[in-house]
Amino acid sequence: MKPWRISQSVATAIVLLLVLLPLYARLAGEPFALTFGSRVLVFALAAVSLNLVLGYGGMVSFGHALYLGLGAYGVGILAHHGVHNGWLQLGVTILTCAIVGALTGLVSLRTTGIAFIMITLAFAQMFYYLFVSLKQYGGDDGLSIANRSDFGLFTLGSPITLYYTALLLVLAALLATHRLVHARFGMVLRGCQVNERRMKALGFSTLRYKLSAYTLSSVLCGLAGLLYGNLTGFAAPAYMAWTLSGELIVIVVLGGMGTVFGPLVGAIVLLISEELLKALTDHWMMILGPLIVLAALTARRGVYGYLLDWDAWRAQQRRAGKGAAP
Amino acid sequence: MTPLLQVNQLVKRYGGLVATDDVSLALQPGELHAIIGPNGAGKTTLIGQLAGELRPDSGSIRFDGHDITALPTFGRALRGLARSFQITSVFPEFTVLENVALAMQAHRGHSFGFWTPVLRQAELVEPARAAIQLAGLHHRSDAPVAELAHGERRQLEMAMVLVAQPKLLLLDEPMAGMSHQESGKVVELLSSLKGRYTILLIEHDMDAVFALADRISVLVNGRLVASDTPAAIRANAQVRIAYLGDEELPA
Repeated sequence: MKPWRISQSVATAIVLLLVLLPLYARLAGEPFALTFGSRVLVFALAAVSLNLVLGYGGMVSFGHALYLGLGAYGVGILAHHGVHNGWLQLGVTILTCAIVGALTGLVSLRTTGIAFIMITLAFAQMFYYLFVSLKQYGGDDGLSIANRSDFGLFTLGSPITLYYTALLLVLAALLATHRLVHARFGMVLRGCQVNERRMKALGFSTLRYKLSAYTLSSVLCGLAGLLYGNLTGFAAPAYMAWTLSGELIVIVVLGGMGTVFGPLVGAIVLLISEELLKALTDHWMMILGPLIVLAALTARRGVYGYLLDWDAWRAQQRRAGKGAAP
Repeated sequence: MTPLLQVNQLVKRYGGLVATDDVSLALQPGELHAIIGPNGAGKTTLIGQLAGELRPDSGSIRFDGHDITALPTFGRALRGLARSFQITSVFPEFTVLENVALAMQAHRGHSFGFWTPVLRQAELVEPARAAIQLAGLHHRSDAPVAELAHGERRQLEMAMVLVAQPKLLLLDEPMAGMSHQESGKVVELLSSLKGRYTILLIEHDMDAVFALADRISVLVNGRLVASDTPAAIRANAQVRIAYLGDEELPA
């Protein structure tokens, strides 16, 4: 029999609760729970995309909110011009994020470390001010989205459809990450994180793989943005702000970077803590900040990474026990 | 016979310091050629240029019939020039098998595989197991590298270099920091490879160098002061003065 693992049980429980959340929202008559759940899932999806480059590729992108914003504007701008077709909006979002991701990635991946962080931040700020200057699309105030994305078979105007679409995308992204990290691409990416010089000496053209990962991540984050625009009914430069990029990093680190399930756990923990503390006091940031510091110090691989380490420790204990027994 | 590796008048300067001073060198196929020299003689700088991490200021490098002076590191590796590092640089979070399979992966097409686990790809795992066996680490195949002893990591480094059956091995101090017993294993491995592979060996362990090498080149202050058979190097007065000093050479 396979030994029971805490991390797996927690992951299963979380997925079950997420599947059942809309039922609870309906029965308890709390539509806010559904909106909040969608928000968590959107941030989780963005964090999964960031985790791919940050957690597995060692690329600290401090500008990932850029793609969240591009996704929201993908819906907003097209809807503004009367195009409500979701597939078209999806196509435009994917294409835009792929092009912007590939071009900015090509420039920023020539550097590493602090320089990489600064360049990704600079690109995101550039686009932030670009959208502030676009007065026809609301400038600083942003653009409200009256009609949500219409995919023919379903429309994201219904909160419950939006929720399950987001959940499905998050689960698919988690499964894809799980497969990817042990496949060829993932091994190369993880290798680059640890020792890029060695990877080159082994014969890998490392830039090619890092750039692909960065572009893939941009597109996935763009999908989260598309959902975000539909959720809030809004697209604004604020969605590209560096504070939001920072929040995504916090989610990944808090949940456990370089773990498959960590970003979802991070999004749940951070957003719920925010809500609870907001209800408690106006100065919730004063409490949340130190809590994040505490979490980063005590569980260095994040909340989910802590569970994985715990499982590994228990497995080791079992092996030692068996060894000792004759 | 045309040499497999031909280095012509290689020069590398760092400001006023000439780290590689007009070095010319030719390696015949199947030869085990050792480079020795005191610390700071420029051995690692020379290997860096051969591997492609450093650009020479002038001179050229020909490998297997092609001029590779401008080829990037990964391109040289794909042409069959495999390099091991002085400081062990394997991937600690992977197992032994995963490390060697990763080394193989570079030589088996592109790595845009997003779904199938690497460990289920026979074209990677089988050569990896063979190389691990050759390096004498087969009993540790599934161990995470973090659990390996220093000597075992050096053996893993050798397996990663050997897995793709390269044409030329650049070995930068493969016995660095090893116990006497551990380095004995590497000497055994290298002598079993002799003749089958062309090897450029940089090593401080003089017993090993004089036992293994077909030819030895002596590098002092970036210059090659001698390049000859072990017996001739041992008898060379200039080498004694420039490098070996009072040190007793192994008989």
